[in-house]
Amino acid sequence: MLNDVTFGQYYPVKSFVHNMDARAKIVFMIAYIVAIFLAKNFFGLLAVTAFLIFVVLLSRVPFGRVLRSVKMILFLIIFTAILNLFFYSGESSYQPLVEWWIITITWESIVNMVFLALRLFLLVMGTSVLTLTTTPVALTDGIESLLTPLKWIKFPVHELALIMSIALRFIPTLMDETNRIVAAQKARGADFETGGLIKRAKAVVPILIPLLVSAFRRAEDLGDAMDARCYSGAKGRTKYKKLVFTWRDLLGLLFLGGLITGVVFLNIYLGGKFSILGYFL
Amino acid sequence: MEAVKFENVKFSYREEEDEFAVNGVTLSIEEGQFVAVLGRNGSGKSTLAKMINALLVPTEGSVTVFGLDASDPKNTFEIRKSAGMVFQNPDNQTVASIVEDDVAFGPENIGVPREEIGKRIDFALDAVGMQAYRHATPSRLSGGQKQRIAIAGVLAVMPKIMILDESTAMLDPKGRREVMDVIKKLNKERGMTVILITHFMDEALEADRAIVMHRGEAVMDGTPEEIFSRADELETYNLTLPRAAYISKKLAEGGMPVKGAFNAEELAEEICASLRKI
Repeated sequence: MLNDVTFGQYYPVKSFVHNMDARAKIVFMIAYIVAIFLAKNFFGLLAVTAFLIFVVLLSRVPFGRVLRSVKMILFLIIFTAILNLFFYSGESSYQPLVEWWIITITWESIVNMVFLALRLFLLVMGTSVLTLTTTPVALTDGIESLLTPLKWIKFPVHELALIMSIALRFIPTLMDETNRIVAAQKARGADFETGGLIKRAKAVVPILIPLLVSAFRRAEDLGDAMDARCYSGAKGRTKYKKLVFTWRDLLGLLFLGGLITGVVFLNIYLGGKFSILGYFL
Repeated sequence: MEAVKFENVKFSYREEEDEFAVNGVTLSIEEGQFVAVLGRNGSGKSTLAKMINALLVPTEGSVTVFGLDASDPKNTFEIRKSAGMVFQNPDNQTVASIVEDDVAFGPENIGVPREEIGKRIDFALDAVGMQAYRHATPSRLSGGQKQRIAIAGVLAVMPKIMILDESTAMLDPKGRREVMDVIKKLNKERGMTVILITHFMDEALEADRAIVMHRGEAVMDGTPEEIFSRADELETYNLTLPRAAYISKKLAEGGMPVKGAFNAEELAEEICASLRKI
């Protein structure tokens, strides 16, 4: 079961979105999040949704695959949505629907809940499109490149990127190791499946400790191997792979700029999220 | 030319103690030689290897690599460029999750221009016969393939010496064969100086010279054939003979007229010859 996570979620097909520069895609991602939070009414979110659907179609990743990533945080979405439904404390211009103890449900709280859930949903969908269409390596390269200005304030950008790529590289290795340790502990009678939460949490300790010890040993080995291959930090280092910014990226960014402007206009002309109640009530 | 020179080298892992992992080794290795360093666990053979590319610095004595003193930190970078090292665990040597990026790591570190790195990756992957796996992920490869990638990673730096620190110890027989074939080829075709640290006696037979380490000292030094004909002495250092040599020795003891053979073919011929005499 652990082996599925190995390569993040990268979905290997060729598409317009896959071919975009990782840096552009990260900027894209940030702008997309900004657009989600700028939207003050449902029309804005509708525009963002339409945009998302368009991008997913363009990326040739099946919708089911993108939705699967939402499944993992579905609980979180539902939980925050319910909290918002019960404890929304804003003004209400309509009669409360339910009033019981400390819980009040109004039309506004329902709207608020739906709005929040939709935002979270769009957020997760968008970010997973990024990880589905970009390899972890390209992603770290992109982050390194985008953080380059921070070098001026002596922020170790190269080191950070290297740490990230090594961490990614070691995920499968440590997964294998974990499986081996679990098997070894089971063979000696360890029980991971039964008992309450605390008992199970305690059972994890005999897995974690050997894993940690072995990770340190591996780190030492890797350090030697890197030293032996002349590693001496970012100074005087060249880079084999270069990211190239193409017309695709320009097009994408222009398009996204359009989306943000659109959302802002929708905000101005179509009012807040509650104005939608006016159409129905 | 002398590739590596040890002069009365001592090394201790802890400063205060007198216990030396390497205790007074003096030897030199010629360029182009294929040297096997044998010894049981804790004999100091890995410590010796790590001093060649300045991962460890001798406590006493001096190590020189192509005339450069390994104790001088100013030489460290140059020495590591000329002496590459492959380690034991195939999983702990790759830095990137794609073969090509990993091989590029060394050249990137020494500041090779981008176009040149591409050529070096081609060269290194061709040399180890892994060109087809250029875009593969190391974690999906077999142990022998991973170790060949590690060798390619070192080759891309274009060193003159290749040190293999028990690089075959964690491999299955097939993987071990793959790695041995690659380093033998490098030695024969490219004149690469190879220092092979191992505890597999059969691997030592493929070398030009064998050095036996025991308790931090180089106790035997000669061609593998010379070393393995001194079976009793080897036994005092807790080492065994290569399989074929062991069998021929036992046969001779049992009264069969076979001369010492070191590999399977020689042994087979000896046995045939002795059978004809009967």
